[in-house]
Amino acid sequence: MDKKNWKGWLYLLPAILFLGFFLVYPLVDVFIYSFEEGYNSASQTYFGTGLYNYSYVLHDPYFLQAVENTFILVLITVPVSTGVALLISMGLSSIKPLRDLYQTIYFLPYVTNTLAVGLVFMILFKKTAYTDGLINLMLSWFGGNAIDFIDGPYPAKMFVLCFYTIWVVLPFKILILTSALASVNRDYYNAAKVDGTSGFRIFRKITLPMISPMIFYLVITGFIGAFKAYSDAVALFGTDLNAAGMNTIVGYVYDMLYGNSGGYPSYASAAAIILFAIVLTITCINLLISRKKVHYV
Amino acid sequence: MTELEKKGFSHNFIQSIVLYPEKMDEGRILKQIDFRFPVYYEGMKAMKLGCPTKVKSRRYTVCDRKNKEKTMKVILQNLTKKFPGRSKNGPKEIAAVDDFSFEIPDGKLIGLLGPSGCGKSTTLNLLCGLQKPTSGKIFFGEEDVTDLPAEKRGVGVVFQNYALYPHLTVKQNILFPLENLKGAQKLSKAEMMEKANEAARLVQIDDLMERKPSELSGGQQQRVAIARALVKRPRVLLLDEPLSNLDARLRLQTREEIRRIQRETKITTIFVTHDQEEAMSISDEIVVMKQGVIQQTGRPQEVYDAPVNLFVAKFLGTPPINVFQGRIKGQKLYIGEEVIMETKDLPDQEVFVGVRPEGFVLSKDGSFSCELKGVEVMGRDISVVCANRASVNPTIRAIISAENKVDASRALVRFTLKPGKVFVFHKETQERICFLKD
Repeated sequence: MDKKNWKGWLYLLPAILFLGFFLVYPLVDVFIYSFEEGYNSASQTYFGTGLYNYSYVLHDPYFLQAVENTFILVLITVPVSTGVALLISMGLSSIKPLRDLYQTIYFLPYVTNTLAVGLVFMILFKKTAYTDGLINLMLSWFGGNAIDFIDGPYPAKMFVLCFYTIWVVLPFKILILTSALASVNRDYYNAAKVDGTSGFRIFRKITLPMISPMIFYLVITGFIGAFKAYSDAVALFGTDLNAAGMNTIVGYVYDMLYGNSGGYPSYASAAAIILFAIVLTITCINLLISRKKVHYV
Repeated sequence: MTELEKKGFSHNFIQSIVLYPEKMDEGRILKQIDFRFPVYYEGMKAMKLGCPTKVKSRRYTVCDRKNKEKTMKVILQNLTKKFPGRSKNGPKEIAAVDDFSFEIPDGKLIGLLGPSGCGKSTTLNLLCGLQKPTSGKIFFGEEDVTDLPAEKRGVGVVFQNYALYPHLTVKQNILFPLENLKGAQKLSKAEMMEKANEAARLVQIDDLMERKPSELSGGQQQRVAIARALVKRPRVLLLDEPLSNLDARLRLQTREEIRRIQRETKITTIFVTHDQEEAMSISDEIVVMKQGVIQQTGRPQEVYDAPVNLFVAKFLGTPPINVFQGRIKGQKLYIGEEVIMETKDLPDQEVFVGVRPEGFVLSKDGSFSCELKGVEVMGRDISVVCANRASVNPTIRAIISAENKVDASRALVRFTLKPGKVFVFHKETQERICFLKD
């Protein structure tokens, strides 16, 4: 080893210590807890080791409900939000007047507090004894029956949750995609135009490949973000998500640690590790697909 | 007009059939006919020549360039493009191209030349249809293309940065324009490949077809861009600063290459450059522009030998022309206090005198004396750097043959000036007043 190397390590030391204490150590710890049955964090004791925690979690109907909810949320919101964001940013980059105004408007949700947004959604969607809510009012114009989106049937609740999630993640995606679109050299479009390329073909053959790294980034972070969804559900349906049947995996982990049924760090750890495994698998699949579809130039 | 002419046959072709029917074998007819047009096909039936089986199986074939009037002259008529002014106090509109009238002969290579910001690229954009002129007209041959969108003009453009699609291979890049064809023009896969291969062979990149643009050198990318522009057999080829991204050695090579390709394809080609050497070396004609206005057009040597004004004189030639304050008095041209030469029939006035570097001849009893500053040896010839109080620039450069010996320790050198290399320009208008020939 080079003699001067110790200096490099010295410079890295603060970061390594910091990350070690607060990131690596807890990760390893969670992994260990997930195999320790009935771990008690106060007394630091447990009954034995094994796969019991996993077995319990995987047989818990609440967990299965949470997994189902999370998957539905991910599979709907990630493609839809990315697609809508792409449409909006294409629109934004093709208009000139009022572009800055629109950009600001579309970015506003990003700087708005999640819970505040949740409150607004509640007002829009919730049906109370006094009012059916704004959305139901609009539905009634078209002859629809009033639906309770917040405490009503499962599809209605899932619809609100997806709608809410898409709305919240949209601004960031629009921001990224507008800048990606702006960075595509105009000459490519000019060249295509001179060659008589149709608008759709320009989009499919030039625009999409050119911004594919950014789309890929958004899909990966979108997947991870959606798998970790929790606060959105709380903002809409309150803290007792299990009762509402709208829990997510992260919500389940939280409940196991601190909720009404809290005090089970072992189950929480097992659920967290399962979530980790799911996210890892999905990300790996994404990476494999991206090798063919994403063009880094 | 005969029946056949109505059907789209050229006059010469009909005549040759009528005069020498026995000589018109299948191969010759195939050569004459562009099978992309159904009229030819029907015309053949009408003539009872029968359709060669080869034609039946292939609806389209690469036409024989030599017999087809594919290339054409380009006419610009009072072309003007104005942009809204940016600054509040400045003019409301800025004319990037101002009343541009010019005819580009069929099948020639034309260099649009001027300093940056003179409207060259705008002219190119107007020609290819990416921008609409404020007024004026553009004709390709007989056809008015002013209001045609870019894709219908049949132009090929090579952009300054080549604009090769980085995610596509060379082959896919060249195929791209062909894949856009729709309806009756649509080609089969094999036909597209044939055309792409032909274009690739023309620019000698047929062994690089599977590479990505990032794996090519600058010169190779340039060739791919040219191949992509040529693959649809454009009526006019436009090149925007084609050599500016290449290093010096490659630039020389590539400009010869462009010349060769243009000669082979005979496509009317217009290329834009700010490098006068580049433009002079390969163009059939050059158009010198300044602030959107054509200064002079003509063959490179003609323009160099007879610049119409001081701007053109300064812009062409390396090293640049030497400019002096001078005056005409009593039919004699003075630089400083020295009489340079006799003039004829010119009123007394203050003038600018331009002398090409190669217009100096060392002479012991020469009429023009300069303070010697140094001698640069360049092998073939030497460059004498000197100063004169009347000179507009601090130094004067004279290029003389290396056979001359210049004693660098001398303080003064004397020259006589070659009359054909001396131009006199009006002090205010900067127009050339006269030639000083013997």
